[in-house]
Amino acid sequence: MILFFLSSALFLGWSLGANDAANVFGTAVATRMVRFRTAAIFCGIFVVLGAVISGAGTTETLGQLGAVNALGGSFMVALAAALAVLWMTKAGLPVSVSQAIVGAILGWNVFTGSQTDLDSLIKIVSTWVVCPLLAAIFAAVFYLAARRIITRWPVHLLELDAMTRTGLIVAGAFGAYALGANNIANVMGVFVPAFAVRSIDIAGLFTVDSVQLLFLVGGLAIAIGVLSYSRRVMMTVGKGLFRLTPVTALVVVMAEAIVLFLFSSQSLESWLLTHGLPTIPLVPVSSSQAVIGAVIGIAVVKGGRGVRYSVLGKVVGGWAATPAIAAVLAFLGLFFLQNVFGLNVARPMPFRLSEAVLERVSAEGLASLSLEELKGKSFENARAFRVALVDGTDLDGADISLAMEFALSDSFVIVPELIDEFDPSLLTVGQTDALRSLEWRGFSHEWQLRERLADETAEWALLPDDRENHQHNKAVRYRLRHVYDTFRVEPAEHGR
Amino acid sequence: MTRIFAKTKLLESQIDEYLNDTSQVGLLFLEAIKDYLEGRLEEFESRRQQVGELENHADELRRDIKRQLYAETLIPESRGDVLGILENTDEVINAAKVTLTQVSAEHPDIPDELDADFIELTDYGNRAVQELVMGIRAFFRTAGVTDFVHKVSFWEKEADTVAERLRRRIFAMDEELACKIHRGSFVRHIDTVADQAEDVSERLSISAIKRSI
Repeated sequence: MILFFLSSALFLGWSLGANDAANVFGTAVATRMVRFRTAAIFCGIFVVLGAVISGAGTTETLGQLGAVNALGGSFMVALAAALAVLWMTKAGLPVSVSQAIVGAILGWNVFTGSQTDLDSLIKIVSTWVVCPLLAAIFAAVFYLAARRIITRWPVHLLELDAMTRTGLIVAGAFGAYALGANNIANVMGVFVPAFAVRSIDIAGLFTVDSVQLLFLVGGLAIAIGVLSYSRRVMMTVGKGLFRLTPVTALVVVMAEAIVLFLFSSQSLESWLLTHGLPTIPLVPVSSSQAVIGAVIGIAVVKGGRGVRYSVLGKVVGGWAATPAIAAVLAFLGLFFLQNVFGLNVARPMPFRLSEAVLERVSAEGLASLSLEELKGKSFENARAFRVALVDGTDLDGADISLAMEFALSDSFVIVPELIDEFDPSLLTVGQTDALRSLEWRGFSHEWQLRERLADETAEWALLPDDRENHQHNKAVRYRLRHVYDTFRVEPAEHGR
Repeated sequence: MTRIFAKTKLLESQIDEYLNDTSQVGLLFLEAIKDYLEGRLEEFESRRQQVGELENHADELRRDIKRQLYAETLIPESRGDVLGILENTDEVINAAKVTLTQVSAEHPDIPDELDADFIELTDYGNRAVQELVMGIRAFFRTAGVTDFVHKVSFWEKEADTVAERLRRRIFAMDEELACKIHRGSFVRHIDTVADQAEDVSERLSISAIKRSI
């Protein structure tokens, strides 16, 4: 059954290959500097490598936006995004799987009454502006530098051609790697929680964890998309918008590759952190936006003449339409899946203001008589609870978020056998011991389990969110997510 | 990767060789006309033959360059321009060869008092060819094509002035009309070399603008 659900992700991967990945080598192919076949092969290989080796960076941000928590939901979210991208690909418009998946997740949130994390949404949407802008700046700077170098040190036309060709392949491969690393989360991110956490040993030579295996499959789907259907978008990128020369094509690919790398490199993030520099959020960005930004950057430096504004307008219109189309498709699709096929598209996430929750929130300094009135009541989903809080209490925005965080109900039982199945490389010894000390204990909120674990060992504790603790908190949250997914039980099982 | 660069080097040297041939044709053309006017017919024939051989060699080179550019899809953006320039340059070589062949076949009777003007006309044609060759070399390195284009045009105009003067002098002579027309046709033929060079240089200046990154 899981394979059936995965099929929509593979379809999405294929769409990503046919559209986003096409951008990486688009200018190279359109200027006839690299053959389509060569470009497709290089792109395919490096997208897969990027996805498998450094794909994990951006998964977290997407997970925060909306935790699509049932396979049926994941299936529909991926399918809606894929259909939206396919539509745009057919129109030859370079769009972004990132935008489509964000739209689809929002559709899921609305349908299931879940909460949309505004901070994550703002973080993601702001990259839709920052990413093309950054690419435009990089491209403009690179273009001016290239022009200066070529004027100062005249190179033979044929040598310049050979160098540009080599540069295009190297930069394109780097871009494809960065794209794989940055965008695989879009394709497979929603399926990560559904897969087991144990590593797989391949012929005793090396081990891959299940997430890497999942990303490998997704990477292959992307590669097939590139090979089979990406030519048209490549032509729009490389020719439709603005006439590029081989050297400017190279500048575009370099600018794009660097921007994708900036938004997906975990090593860069930790380097910036250790040197006290501001970090760049690890967010799935759009190669389409980067490429279009870079092309426009060059066009502006060249005086702005020759830009086909009608094509640019269509492209930007496509960017606005993609998330909207994906959101609507996801909403309608989820409705059908749930009501016609009777599939479970979301795990219920009820909210309950129990005694324990009220105690806990008052410990956070949130004491409200009006909240007491809701004591013992249950709410079907985030939307219902929020409405009750807004209408029935005098709490303001921040307090409402706090109440919602603690009132979210769940059930966990620390089953010893499941501890044994945990990948030893995932948890520290201290963290595993903490889990063992809680064997057969039950919890009805994530925070209860989290705080109990933190009581056992500081290795499970979340520290104040500042620069120094960023990496620690990120790692702890990642592991906690695994712990929640592993020990969660359906309410019926709870009694044993 | 080394394969690409090795091929590039080979092609580069072939283009250089082609341009050397063109330049040499210009120099031989001048010397051959001088030989003819001064009555050294054997030397004239030998130089005419050399021009013929160079023309064949240049043709072969041009065909090979064209084949490689298309087979290896090199310089896709400037390929058409480069081939256009090389093919038009071939017209310059042809003009020189055809003129020498006609001189050899028709033995025009040029009176001594016109020798200096004929040599001056041929010399300007040769200068235009030499500047053109340097202009094409500069085009391949994106450097100062305009200077050379300007000089080609200058020498072509100088050649035109001499050609007109020559024609006036020829037709002012007390000779048979057939003889005057015959001499006049040689003036036109020799002048063609400079004209062809100017045609190529015009194409070159447009290609140079297109080449800017």
